[in-house]
Formats: sequence, C-alpha cells, structure tokens
Amino acid sequence: MMRPITRHVPLAVTLFACAFLLIPIIQSILAGLTVNYFRGLSSGLTLKWIVQVWELYSDSIFLSIWLALTCLAATLAIGVPAAYVLARNPGRITRVLEEFISLPLAIPGLALALALLQLYGTVQGFRTSWTFILVGHVLYTLPFMVRSVLSVLAAIDLRTLEEGAASLGAGPARRFVDVVVPNAMPGILAGALTVVTLSIGEFNLTWMLHTPYLKTLPVGLADSYASMRLEVASAYTLVFFVMIVPLLMAMQWASARAQRIMQ
Amino acid sequence: MTLKLTNIAKTFPGGTKALLPTDLEIAKGEILSLLGPSGCGKSTLLRIIAGLETPDPGASIVFDGEDVTHQSVESRKIGMVFQSYALFPNMSVRSNIGYGLKMQKLPKAEIAARVDEVIGLCQLAPYADRAVTALSGGQKQRVALARAMAPRPRVLLLDEPLSALDAALRNHLRDELALLLRQFGITAIFVTHDQDEAMAIADRVAVMSQGQVAQIGTPEALYRNPATGFVARFVGDAMPLEGRIERAQMHLPGGVLTLPQAGDGQQVLVRAGDISIDPQGPITGRVETVTFLGTHYRIALSGVMAGPLFMLHAGLSAPKPGDEVRLSIPPEALLVLPMEMAA
Repeated sequence: MMRPITRHVPLAVTLFACAFLLIPIIQSILAGLTVNYFRGLSSGLTLKWIVQVWELYSDSIFLSIWLALTCLAATLAIGVPAAYVLARNPGRITRVLEEFISLPLAIPGLALALALLQLYGTVQGFRTSWTFILVGHVLYTLPFMVRSVLSVLAAIDLRTLEEGAASLGAGPARRFVDVVVPNAMPGILAGALTVVTLSIGEFNLTWMLHTPYLKTLPVGLADSYASMRLEVASAYTLVFFVMIVPLLMAMQWASARAQRIMQ
Repeated sequence: MTLKLTNIAKTFPGGTKALLPTDLEIAKGEILSLLGPSGCGKSTLLRIIAGLETPDPGASIVFDGEDVTHQSVESRKIGMVFQSYALFPNMSVRSNIGYGLKMQKLPKAEIAARVDEVIGLCQLAPYADRAVTALSGGQKQRVALARAMAPRPRVLLLDEPLSALDAALRNHLRDELALLLRQFGITAIFVTHDQDEAMAIADRVAVMSQGQVAQIGTPEALYRNPATGFVARFVGDAMPLEGRIERAQMHLPGGVLTLPQAGDGQQVLVRAGDISIDPQGPITGRVETVTFLGTHYRIALSGVMAGPLFMLHAGLSAPKPGDEVRLSIPPEALLVLPMEMAA
C-alpha cells in the first residue's frame, strides 16, 4: 500500500507546481487574444489588441532590438579582448580585476542608474540620447560576456596554442583572430545570447534612465500595465513572450555547448 | 643553417637561475639533442633559441650569420614541435599544416602543393581532411611535425615531442622521427629526458645538469668517455662503486679491482653490462634476485659493496638466488672520474 503513495505524491506535487506556473501564463495569453476578457472566451478571439500594441509600442520594440544589438557589439568589442587579457595573465591582480568587472551584478540596477544620472545626467545631449541607456546596459551585461568567454579560454592551453601560431609566423593580431577567437567561440556565443536576452529584458536600470521618447520593451510594458486596458497589456505581454522565449532557449543551448567544450 | 649561441643565460624573476651562461654551436644539417633530467634548463635553452623566452642581457643568438637575439618568435623563421603538439583544434589537419605557409602569404595553389608534399612525406594522406581532435596521439605528433616543416624553417626545434605517447608507440615513432628528420635534412634541436631517444635521433648530444651543459659529443663518445659522474650515470646508467681507492686499486668488501689508472680522491663507476661471471674473477658476490629479460638476465648482487650491485648476464642459464659467484670487470670498463658536488 506504501508504493502507490510514494509514486503518486511526487507526481501530484509536480503537476500542481506546473499548473501554478502555467495557468497564469495561459490566462495572460488568452486575455491578450479575447475580444473582452471580462465576458470571457464567449466574446470571441481577436488579433486586434496585438495590432494595437504594435501601433502604440512598435518604437519600443525597435528601440529594444537596436539597444540589444549595439549593446552586444559593445560587449563583444570590450569583453572578448578583456577576457583574453585576463586569461593570459592569471594572478592576483587579474582576480581583483575580474571581481571589479563583476561589481555591477551586485549593485541594484536602480543604484547604478542613479550613479549614471548623477555623473552624466547634466551632459547636454547625452542624457536624452539612446546611448545613455546603452551605457547602462553595457555596464550591466559586460560581466556576463567576460565571464562566459573567460571560462572557455581558461579551459584550453591558450599560451601553447599561441606559441604554436607564433612559431609559424603569426603576429599578435593574427593569433587573436586565427586562434583565440575561434577557440573561444562557444563562450562568445553563450555570452552573446545572454547579453541580448538581458538587454531586451532589463527593466530596473532602464526605467530610471528612460525618457518619454525612449521607452524600451519592458518599460513600455510597465507603461501599458499602468495605463491601458487589460487586453492590450496582455497582448503586449504576449509579444514580449514571443520575443524572449526563443532567445532564452538559444541561450540554454549555447551555454550547454560551452560547458561540454570545457570538460 | 648554422647556429651560434654565445653567453645564453636565464634568471627568472625571483632570482632562480634556470640556465647558466652557455655557448653552443650547431652545424648545418646537424641534429643536436639537449638531454637532461627535468629542471636542468634544457627546455629553457630551447625556448630562448625559439624566441619564446628572453635571455639575460649579454646573450647572442646567430642564425647563419644573422643576429636574431632581439627578433620576435614570428620573425625568426623557426619550426617548433611542442610536447602537447599545440595543434589548432579549430582547424583541420590540412589547415594546421598550411597555417605557416598562409602566414607567408603564398599563393593558394602553392600552399596546397606544399601541404600535399609534406602530407605525403609524413604519411598523413588518409587523415588530411579530418579534424585534429579526431586523431590518435601518434597521428597528432606527425601533424605537429608536418606543420612545423611545411614552411621550410631555418631550424627545427622539438620540445619532448615523444613524451606524450605510450611506451610502445614512442619506440616506434622514435625511429620514424630519426628517419624523417634526416630525409628533411634540416638543422634540428631536440629536447628530451630519455637517453635512448637522444642516442637514436641525435648526431650530437649535449647532456645538461643544473642549468649547464655537462658534456657535449656524439652518443658514442659520451658513452665511452663520460666527463663527469653525472654524464656516466645519465648516459648508460653507470653505477658508482663504493669502496676504498689506493692508487690503481679499488678495495671492495667483495675483493680488489684493478683500475685503468690511479684514482685517489676520485670516484669509480661501472655499467651493469660490463660485469661478467668469471670463476677466476677477483671479486665475489651473492646472487639476490634474477630477472629474465629475454636476451639476458638482470642479476642483483650483494656482498660486493655496501649497496646492491646490478649486472647483466647473457647466456642460456643463470645462477640462482643464494649462489656465491665470482665476478670480473675489465679495467678499461671502469670509469675513473672526478668527485662531484652533491646535487
């Protein structure tokens, strides 16, 4: 009599947990697709809320994508060489620097944004430019790029590989392009997907830095929750969901791949 | 290419002297081996020749009359085979081998032709388009050699190229490597801690100890006339005899040996292969263990001196443990060498 209980209880708990997480998502999706949520599904299904979201917030969507891509470019340009330097010079100073780069992770986004505002808020043209938000996003996502690339580089014998390339006539720049970058690729890919996902979803810092003309996807989401009817807000959530879930899945896949290389 | 090294030394930060001032000359087409135990400075010397380490000030490295002391690795036109091979995991066998030629900015067709030539010489044709990560240890070793040779370097530097392989493969590849290097006709420097490897591959061997070249010469000269006890022990496993020397006689607990010359204040070493069982021999010993090794027996003897003495016995039968045997050693096989400082 003991066995059915030991088998069924965990199953019930799992199903309950799944339902707890899934039902609100399903409800939210349905809310974004029904004509009138309070009258229920009987009012019929429609795409008009999604069209309305597009009309109201397409600028936010494009701004977020643009920010994510420029943020990615910046973290690649800064993060990959930084990780390379850290990997080539292991030691106490390197570890301190690594912690230093990771510092923005420990500070709440709001505090980081406040610091940026205090320092640069009065710089003409910068405060109202999208690059102001970009700086915040780069600060916040850079540690993820550096760590991801560094962990892959630390797992290979980079020094000997570079010595091999040098003995064949390759100068420092060629070695970086031909040997370092290709062998760091799994880490770069995992880092890149993390950066894009974080940049698109970042709210705390962006909310402090945004202006009425510069709303990113999550900031627009908060705005729609505050001021739009429930169906529009739900449709917006659905749009956000559709954009972020494939990114999350790709990120999972890339980090699993990087992990395999490191073993 | 001829190679002339003058006053090469290396002091690491912290003051450790990895290499004491060393001079060395290598003739065109010569294969020199740097032989010694780990930490003797042989790899440091090789890395200085390659340009991977900077020597202490005052050094001079000359390739064919051209001073390369201050040139970077990439401009020295050397070829190098690393202990871990350092093959690029992101490239195929062919791309690895062609990398040095690509750096010379040769036309694609010429690169392909020269890569094919080296692939043929190193018998790598069946693996040419594989990923290097899919190769066995021996295949990787050949790719590393092919990659270093393809750009036709002025000198080939090999850092323990066989030590990552298992014993059976190592012996096989040792002979193959010796043959290939002679086919290429290249000037080569070969670092190893294995005396058999050095003897099999090199024209000349530099035996190194504690940051210095202890002796340099052909394998045969080193074996027959070692300059120090260290060289005698390292090349051919000579054993020191523990006894009292009086002019040309050595008194051991097991008897008295005649030396080839007066040896007062010196040490005497002997190789296991030079000791033979001889009923008229001047010394006696007691057989402790007998190990059959195919072509001969290895016998451990007690009573000759304080510690055990080993001998090799060729023959169809061997004495048994516990037997008393009489032994002889021809005087010319006894190596009388200066005492050395304790290492």
